[in-house]
Amino acid sequence: MTEFSYSALLRLLVPEMILVISALVILAVDLVWARELPSTKRHTIAFSISLFGGLAAVVSLIMGVTISTEGAKWLIVGGATSSVKVGLIGLTLVSLAISIRSQFTKHLGEWYMIALLALVGMMLMASANNLLLAFVALELVSLSFYTLVAFHRSSKDAMEGALKYFLLGGVSAAFTLFGLSFVYGATHALNFTDIATQLAGSSLSPLLTVGMGAIAIGFGFKIAAVPMHLWAPDAYQTAAPPVGSLIASASKLASFYLFARIWSTALGNLSGSVGLENSDLGWVLILTVLAIGSLIIGNLAAIVQTSLKRLLAYSAVAHAGYVLIGLMANTPDGMASVIYYLLTYGLAVTGTFALISLVEETRGNDQIQSFANFHRCYPVEAFCLLIFLLSLAGIPPLAGFFGKFYLFAAALKSPSTSAAMFWLVVGAIAMSAVSLYYYLKVLKQVYVVDTQSRLQRERSDPTLKIIAILMAVGILALGCFPDLIVGDLLADLQ
Amino acid sequence: MNGFPIISLLTFTPLIGAVLLLLKGNKKPGSNPNQFGLGVCGIALLLGVYIAFSFDPAASALQATERFEWIPTLNLSYSVGIDGLSLLMVLLTTLLTPVSLIAAPAKLPRKHHYVALVLLLETGLIGTFTATNFFLWFLYWEICLIPAFFLIRLWGGPNRSDAAVQFFIYTFVGSAGLLLSFLALFAATGTFDFAVLAEQARSGVLTANIANNLGWADIPIKGISLILFCLAFLGVAVKVPLYPFHTWLPSTYAEAPTSITILLTGLMSKMGVYALLRLIVPIFGAQMQILATPLLALAVVTIVFSAFAAYRQEDLKRIFAYSSINHLGYCFLGVFAITSGTGLTESWQNDAGAAFNGVILQMFNHGIIAGLIFFLIARLELRSEGQRGITDFGGLRSVMPLYSTALGVALFASLGLPGLSAFIGEFLIFKGAFGLVKWAPIVSTIGLLLTAIFVLGVIQRLLTGPLNSRWKNLKDLSSEETWVVIPSLLIILIAGVAPQTLIHFINATSLQFINLAAGTP
Repeated sequence: MTEFSYSALLRLLVPEMILVISALVILAVDLVWARELPSTKRHTIAFSISLFGGLAAVVSLIMGVTISTEGAKWLIVGGATSSVKVGLIGLTLVSLAISIRSQFTKHLGEWYMIALLALVGMMLMASANNLLLAFVALELVSLSFYTLVAFHRSSKDAMEGALKYFLLGGVSAAFTLFGLSFVYGATHALNFTDIATQLAGSSLSPLLTVGMGAIAIGFGFKIAAVPMHLWAPDAYQTAAPPVGSLIASASKLASFYLFARIWSTALGNLSGSVGLENSDLGWVLILTVLAIGSLIIGNLAAIVQTSLKRLLAYSAVAHAGYVLIGLMANTPDGMASVIYYLLTYGLAVTGTFALISLVEETRGNDQIQSFANFHRCYPVEAFCLLIFLLSLAGIPPLAGFFGKFYLFAAALKSPSTSAAMFWLVVGAIAMSAVSLYYYLKVLKQVYVVDTQSRLQRERSDPTLKIIAILMAVGILALGCFPDLIVGDLLADLQ
Repeated sequence: MNGFPIISLLTFTPLIGAVLLLLKGNKKPGSNPNQFGLGVCGIALLLGVYIAFSFDPAASALQATERFEWIPTLNLSYSVGIDGLSLLMVLLTTLLTPVSLIAAPAKLPRKHHYVALVLLLETGLIGTFTATNFFLWFLYWEICLIPAFFLIRLWGGPNRSDAAVQFFIYTFVGSAGLLLSFLALFAATGTFDFAVLAEQARSGVLTANIANNLGWADIPIKGISLILFCLAFLGVAVKVPLYPFHTWLPSTYAEAPTSITILLTGLMSKMGVYALLRLIVPIFGAQMQILATPLLALAVVTIVFSAFAAYRQEDLKRIFAYSSINHLGYCFLGVFAITSGTGLTESWQNDAGAAFNGVILQMFNHGIIAGLIFFLIARLELRSEGQRGITDFGGLRSVMPLYSTALGVALFASLGLPGLSAFIGEFLIFKGAFGLVKWAPIVSTIGLLLTAIFVLGVIQRLLTGPLNSRWKNLKDLSSEETWVVIPSLLIILIAGVAPQTLIHFINATSLQFINLAAGTP
């Protein structure tokens, strides 16, 4: 290998460096000075530092740097990647803000630090242009999440959830690495563009088939697609709400973005096709299988859940199914719709987790039944929950509607679309009607069911309220004016 | 082309009212949300009447159009405008919404929420009737579902929970079909604009676009068009509804608070017919012609079966729920008759024109008549503490003469007595349809006959006969109620005696529609 300039690489990673430094500063401050303070103060200090670090990272992202050919071997920056990174930072900060009043752990410094490290990992995932770096970033994120799920020490099941997550995650990471090494073996290249060049004109060899399948397993695990979804309900349920929110929102976005680039950039030549009668083997076919399973099982299993977190976990499986359809379009439109969908999905999910956190603190658990009477005690929060859930269900004029709309439009507009794709979209729309049923089930508890006993006025939490309102406003604004982000995204991707 | 945004003003007036009402909340004990709601509806009504007066009935193009770039990435714009059809529907909306508010019981829990949701529904309805591209139209169409769901779910009858969910899921599935179909058209043509799509369909560009851009080599082009038509039609068939997609309707109408049933039957079912006329016929005329016989058969089955079903019901609301299916079945009959053939001959044009005018008149008149009937049922229910079985009453004529007269006139209008408004619509539909396809209107007359029988049965058992002594203290119409009853009766009479007042608005629209329908190969 030729001479390599680390300083050039580091210049591209200024936002990530800022966040790593913030994470270390938080740990040091908490260890040396803040340990004796009451927990609210510790939270405020740690969150302020994270907020500051996050904003600084956003500023440095917006300022941007031009990438050298040297850097492009490893990273891509700017354009849509920067938008994704800003989204990741925002969603992570919101998840951290949810934790401010919560009592789920005594180890505040560690929580903030690991969450920020996970964020760094996710940003690297978004930037990675090299199989090795992508894998390292994936592992950084995964290891952070295993730890964070186990953080919820007051919950007896947290260890179980974390262990399940860890074991399955370990196996899937092994598959990913296996698959990546096969791709390397077949192409002798690690850089995405180099791989694409090597693959140009070549047809699908057995080696690549196995590699692609193995990568798909790791990918399916990260996005919780059927049949690699089994960890999700347990992890969501046992993790503390801020952690759940992080896994559900930011991690989804980063994983989808990374794998979308692996599929469409590196392995773009091997997409294959799906038809009703004859399909060409390729990743589109694999994703079709994942999407069908996720749409059906996710939506049907969500119906019978009694815990809102588990319901969200299964609905996340279903949403992964919708997004896969956008991925299969394999066009700039498809990519823009995937990013828009996941960003707005992230807003709705973090908002919902904020309210789950509120209900867990005041009413003890996240059972859907516990949401009875919610709108009497918390009218504003209940209205926000209405917006979140209806947006997840895809009701206009909320962002979730435009997200689905754009995804399906992109899928149908794609030049590679076949009748099979059309029927897939038909199925997805039908399943979104099913999803409406379970979201309405929750809203029924929130708005309709009155418990007989007169509840005393419960404690309201201004932080969570502000988060919920901000997320709801975001969903409304992006729903009514999607061009706020879609236009730029599309321009960047083309 | 962007003059004063009168339509946007009208659309958003109720929305602003709803937001204000929600912000103000129910804190002041003396405040009366209903009066506030009526005030907002009054403003909307005035705006609606103003639009009607400034409407130029001779022009065939859309009027009062507004167009703003909205999502340029996808070539989507905010565009609204009205023609004669839209105008009548907007007028109907602004007329019926205050009726619904007056019909509601004075003491409802969370009344301000109730009124706010009704106002939100009004915004959705007006938006649906004025939007000129699919994206905006669909937005409003779906928005209507949410207030309707909550109004049924929160203030409905004993089985409201199941009814509300059933209502929501059924209509949502229907809308999903519509959405999918238009997404595919968008993928093929890159536009959602109704006028552009209709023009492409007429000139055959649409077929070429579908063939070129929806490259589904494994399905022939004719098949794709038929699939797209069926998906889009599903939305309409559920909404209006058409047999066999009607099963949600009776329980929904019966369980919804009666004041909301006014809106469901008077307006939301019209959204379906409107969609048929605005979206489906101009774009999928060729497909409708291929499927003409099965479609006509479904319309006839709808008309006849629903009349039989209404005949067998005991609950007043269920009777008129089925009766609504029956009356809107005539609209289907008329439309399907028009699209069953091509028409370049003069007699075809005359018949199609008659049928089309009949369909629109039927929509408007059914809205007013069914609205009035459900209003009167609502007020009876309030007096009788929820009793509304057909056998629970008798001889109401002797204690409530004014009420009975009003209900009697409304019921006679509903069975299509000449001189009252519904007659002219049904007559035109039958006249037109008979000229176009013989068998369907002939079989449908069974429905007419049965309607007469069960409506007379209701009159007989409710208003005449011996007085049930339980009800000897019932009060006659209050002055508030006469405010609804008299204008409604006047409209019914005027539209019955001088239908020209309404036809005058829709002539130009009708001509344009017929030209479109005739142009489809």
